[in-house]
Formats: sequence, structure tokens, C-alpha cells
Amino acid sequence: MTQIYERIQELRRKYPQSRSAVMDALRLAQTEHGGWLPPEALREVADALDVTPAYCHSIASFYDMYHLEPVGKHMVEVCTNLSCALAGAQAVLDAFAHELGVRPGETTDDGEMTLRAIECAGGCGRAPVVVVDHVYHEPLRPEDVPGLLQELRGRE
Amino acid sequence: MDANNPILLMAGTQEHDLTRLDEYRAVGGYKALERARALEPQAVMDEISAATLRGRGGAGFPMGRKASLLAKGTGKPTYLVINADESEPGAFKDRDVLRMTPHRLIEGCLITAHGIGSKSVFIYIRGEYAHEFDVMRDALEDARTAGLLGGVTIVLHRGAGAYICGEETALLESLEGQRGQPRPRPPFPPVNGLYGAPTQINNVSTIALVPKIIELGAAEFSKIGVPSAPGTAVFSLSGNVAEPGNYERQLGTTLRELIYDVAGGIAGGRELKAVIPGGSSVPVLTPAEIDTPMDYDSIQAAGSFFGSAAIIVVDDRCCMVQLALRAEQFYMHESCGKCTPCRVGTRWLVQLLTKIEEGRGDRSDLDLLEGVCDRMLGKSLCALGDFAVYPVASYLEKYRGEFEAHVDGHGCPFGGASSIEGTFAPSDQHAPNLAETVHA
Repeated sequence: MTQIYERIQELRRKYPQSRSAVMDALRLAQTEHGGWLPPEALREVADALDVTPAYCHSIASFYDMYHLEPVGKHMVEVCTNLSCALAGAQAVLDAFAHELGVRPGETTDDGEMTLRAIECAGGCGRAPVVVVDHVYHEPLRPEDVPGLLQELRGRE
Repeated sequence: MDANNPILLMAGTQEHDLTRLDEYRAVGGYKALERARALEPQAVMDEISAATLRGRGGAGFPMGRKASLLAKGTGKPTYLVINADESEPGAFKDRDVLRMTPHRLIEGCLITAHGIGSKSVFIYIRGEYAHEFDVMRDALEDARTAGLLGGVTIVLHRGAGAYICGEETALLESLEGQRGQPRPRPPFPPVNGLYGAPTQINNVSTIALVPKIIELGAAEFSKIGVPSAPGTAVFSLSGNVAEPGNYERQLGTTLRELIYDVAGGIAGGRELKAVIPGGSSVPVLTPAEIDTPMDYDSIQAAGSFFGSAAIIVVDDRCCMVQLALRAEQFYMHESCGKCTPCRVGTRWLVQLLTKIEEGRGDRSDLDLLEGVCDRMLGKSLCALGDFAVYPVASYLEKYRGEFEAHVDGHGCPFGGASSIEGTFAPSDQHAPNLAETVHA
């Protein structure tokens, strides 16, 4: 906790006004808390930035990349916006849902994987795009899905 | 430089690793900065104005004119903010600039900062572009170590997933640590922008063209493209084309050339059905309209917008009601909720389109679609409220027969065979029962 506090002080110094650091600070806290923001994470950020936990919650709930519910160890995100949809994104999403036994938005029972559909990730020229733990896989075809999941499960 | 196909933004990226400072310098990088710093700031801005550099982010506003609106003598710092929150569906041009030629952007920032008398630059990079952020961070560190910043501070700010933050005042709110919700205008950012100070905001691809303008001079630069909009743009081609990708071409290249000569035509020998020329938020064009040159004024005369030069190509297997629905689900998801017409209107349109697609609609629902669109257009603080209307209103206008076939035949005429059949939208993860609460 002290360590997060100190690191957020460092983030504050990037900006003329320290509140600008709230996005970086939430991202840092989320990484430290296993990929999501439990109430204590919001309190830590609030303490470090001299704002209220409710304020931090209002920011975290606005942006798509903050998670206020627990997520899996790995995050699999499938873009289904227009260009990816035209390139067959639904078949890719279906393949993940089938292999993992979850619907989009859910986490596997063993807590390993969260599957999400996302809006345009900016990889439309190499659609369909899948983002795994912030790394782009483009294009990714349904037949690539089992291999990718096997590789992920083999990771520490 | 190939006179028929001049490459400005992406120059050298095929032959060199321009993420490296030494390689960027080997192709003449940072020489324009040296030249600009030897000039009076006003002379730099005069050159940019003479080149008629129009904003590559969407609106096409001339950069020099924007800078001329910056408030002087306020006693506050002047900020330069770079919009790298590229989130328009279909757009991926700035991503290549960030990851392949980061120093060109940094050089453009430093030249512009000199021109407008700013010591403080912020680059707002969308949160999803993690790799691009790292490339920029390393390039910036190299430029700093080499002493190129000359007393200017450049801060890289990461977004966290919100389309609305590409809107300039929402971007400023977000940069100040708030929810990304647009501000009423006036006051405009050149008068009252970041932290209440005069602020110049430009897109990545606009600023990354600045070094080339200084290098070539406005007169040479103006020979490229069209008189009303000189220069090149990176066109992002996606959807049902044989060879999707980013292609830098002169402004004024026609859609036909871009789709057929540059991107290899329609994939799989299918028929062209629709072209969305500037990202999902602009009105659709039909195959009869693809001889339109892609420059701001020509495309506007054809009834659409240049937008972010993101050309989404749709073949004949796609149901236009499904396409409108998927587009609208995006705008519903991304509406920040501040203005009622946008917040409520996007939901209403999703519900109506769902009803029509599922065969539960009748002819009066098509009139209602038009009516809701009319009541949303121009009624919100920012352009998202309009962006949410253009796909629906234009698909309905130009492909009305297909909408009518849905209601008259009590179902989708594609019978489950549309190329985007059953596409799941992220909004379904938040409000899975939305479709069941259809009005009327």
C-alpha cells in the first residue's frame, strides 16, 4: 500500500494539476490488484490523490478498461465492430465461447479466463482482431482459437 | 519522391526502422525542427497556413487558422494537445504513425510548440494502444537524451477506453482527470482549453505532416493533393476488400481508385454494395457514388464526410438493417450520457432497429426511425449525437427497400445468411435485456 502511495505521488508530478494522474493511478492500482478495482483499491488511489473513493469510482465506471468486478487471470477481448464483423468476428467470438464454456462478459469457473466482446480496437486492416492481455492478435481466425488458449494456459 | 504517389507521413518506413532516432536522422529527421527554430514563430505558422494544412482527425479545419485563434497575453501557459485517441470504427491510421514513425510526430510537436509559443505538450493516446504507447515513450526518451526537446515538456497520457474522448473537449476533461464528457462551447479551446488556458488541439496525422511542410516549403507541399486540401492522407481500407490496410495517397484520389486499384477490389469476387468513406459515423455512399474524390469538399458535396479517411467497404452479402443496428449499438455504448437526445435517442434507435430486424416492425416504425433521427440531429453538445444519426438515417434513405422488405416480410430477407448475422455487441454485456424492452 505504501508502495502504491509513493508510485502515485510520482505519477502526480507529470501533470500541472495532480487530478490528471487519476487514470494512470487507477491503471496502476488495477494491475496491483489482479486486474480489477476492488473497493480497497479505489480507497488507495483516493488517499494518494487527495480525492474521495466515490470520485475514483465515478472515473473507473466511465472508462471501459477499468474493471469493477473480478476478472480472470487472462483477458480475451474480441472486437465485433463493423470491420471485424464483416471479416467474420462472430465466428471467432463463438469459437472462444465454445472452447471456454462461457458467454461474452463471463469468466471461466477456474478463474483463468475472462471473455469479452469489445468495440473497435483500431486493427480494422487486419481483422478480425483479438486482444489478449493487451497484446493484439490480428488477424485471428476461429481455427487459431484452441492453440491460442492452450498457449495461454501454459503460461505462468 | 514519386511525383504520382508522394509519401509524406510514412516516408522511409518501408526501408528503415524509424522508431530508432539514428535512422530517423539518417533520412533527414529533425532537420526541419532545426530550420523552424531558426525562424520567428510567426514565420513557422505562416508557412503552415500557406500550406492549407487541414485537420486529418475528422473536421478538416485548417491548422493555421486554428492556431490564429489562440488567446494572447492571458498570463497563462499555452498548451499543445495531440489527439491520439483514435477510436473511430474503421480508423487505424494514427496507430501506424505512432508505432512506425514516432519521431515524426515528436518533431511535429516541437515545431508546432515553437510556432505557437508553447512549452508544454500532451499526447493523449488511447488506452488500448499499449504497444504504441511504449514505442512513443522510448522515442521520446531518445529525443530527450539527444537534447532535442529544447526546454519543451512532452507528456504522454494514456486513455482507458472511451470513444467520446476523441472529441476535443471530452479529451480535455479526461486529461484533467474527469469523466470524458464534452464541454459546452463557447468558450472554445484556443481561448479556454486545458486547465482553463489557451490550447491548440490537433490530430496525430496533422501534426506529423508539419515537418514535411517545413522541409518542402508550403509552395511545394501545395502541389500535392487538391488546392482546397493539399497533401496526402493515410487511408484506412477495411471490410470486404481484397487487400485491406493503410495506404498513403494524395487527397483527391477517388474512392473507386482506392477500393479497386489500391486495395484490390472486392474480396472473393463479390459485388460492392455500400461504402462508408470516413469511419462508421459518416453517411453511407452507394456504388453509383464512388467516383467521388476523397477530399473534404468533394466528399461533403456528395453528402458525406471525409472524417478520418477510414473507408469501410461492404459487399452484397450484408444486411443493411443489421449493419445499422451494429453501428447504433456502438454509439449507444459510447454515448457519455450528458445530453438527453443522444443518451435516449441511441437506445431508442437500437430498440427500433432490433424490432425491424426481428420482423416485429411495420411501416410506421420506419417513419419513427426517421423521426427519432430528426429529433437527435444537432441537439447535443458534441458531434457524437449527430454521428449516431448518420448511419441509421443514411442507410434508411439509400437502402429503404431493404428496410421495407424487413417489415413487409416480417423478417430479415437474408434469412440468416447475412455476412454479419448474429453479431454480438459489447453493449449486450451491460444491458442484456435491452432488446426485450422495445417501445410500442
